[in-house]
Amino acid sequence: MTDRTPNSLRTPLGNVRYLGSAHSGTRAFWRQRLTSVANVPLTIAVVVIIMSLLGRNHAAVVQILGSTPVAIIMLLFIFSTVYHMWLGMQVIIEDYLHHELWKFVLLMSNTFFSFAVGLAAVFAILKLSFGL
Amino acid sequence: MAEAKASRLKTRPLSPHLQIYKPMLTMMMSIVHRITGAALYFGILLLVWWLVAAAAGPNAYAALQWFMETWLGRLVLFGYTWALIHHMLGGIRHLIWDMGYGFGANEREWLAAATLVGSIVLTILLWIVGYLIMGGIR
Repeated sequence: MTDRTPNSLRTPLGNVRYLGSAHSGTRAFWRQRLTSVANVPLTIAVVVIIMSLLGRNHAAVVQILGSTPVAIIMLLFIFSTVYHMWLGMQVIIEDYLHHELWKFVLLMSNTFFSFAVGLAAVFAILKLSFGL
Repeated sequence: MAEAKASRLKTRPLSPHLQIYKPMLTMMMSIVHRITGAALYFGILLLVWWLVAAAAGPNAYAALQWFMETWLGRLVLFGYTWALIHHMLGGIRHLIWDMGYGFGANEREWLAAATLVGSIVLTILLWIVGYLIMGGIR
């Protein structure tokens, strides 16, 4: 599990301290909090945007979603949310999957899924904005 | 010696898991926070479908609107709304804890109850406003 060799003078505690189950320190933990703080106002804004579009026809939805302030809020929301959910699912996988191969398969799938979802959303928002 | 040690390690009970604890509100809200997080992970597909459909054209958007009119679509969207609000309130609760506040026995219970009650009340309020915007229940 750790890189400890029989001749190492490092103690087992020293090898694992501050690394956690992700073996990469507290960066992911911090970014999870950072994106969560950003997500609070962004989610409220997106809920307001969605509710203002309820029952409207396609042309009206395209016009409002493509307007500059709405598109920027949507893009910020997608960036922050996709990063947050990518980190969150990584924690869930690391917590419950102890089979190394399956863990890596799912960690990779998590990244692929998050990238695909984020890119599709960003592409759609930009297309609505630029009217291509 | 090594063999005896291995078999002893194998049968020895490890860390106690969920089933031995008495269910408590704080514990349930913690579990629900993770479940709603996982649900929202897949629920974002609904939002992406909406954006992509709007970008793709009127026909694609009509298909999304048709699905949202069905009872299944409404149910999924209602669940999505509640999961989003609950996860957001639960997240704010975690941020309060991260700042070092709210660890007292009463505060913990109060925060857990507020997460649950707040999420239900806010979800219903949002849906009432949503139906009012759409001009009454259809």
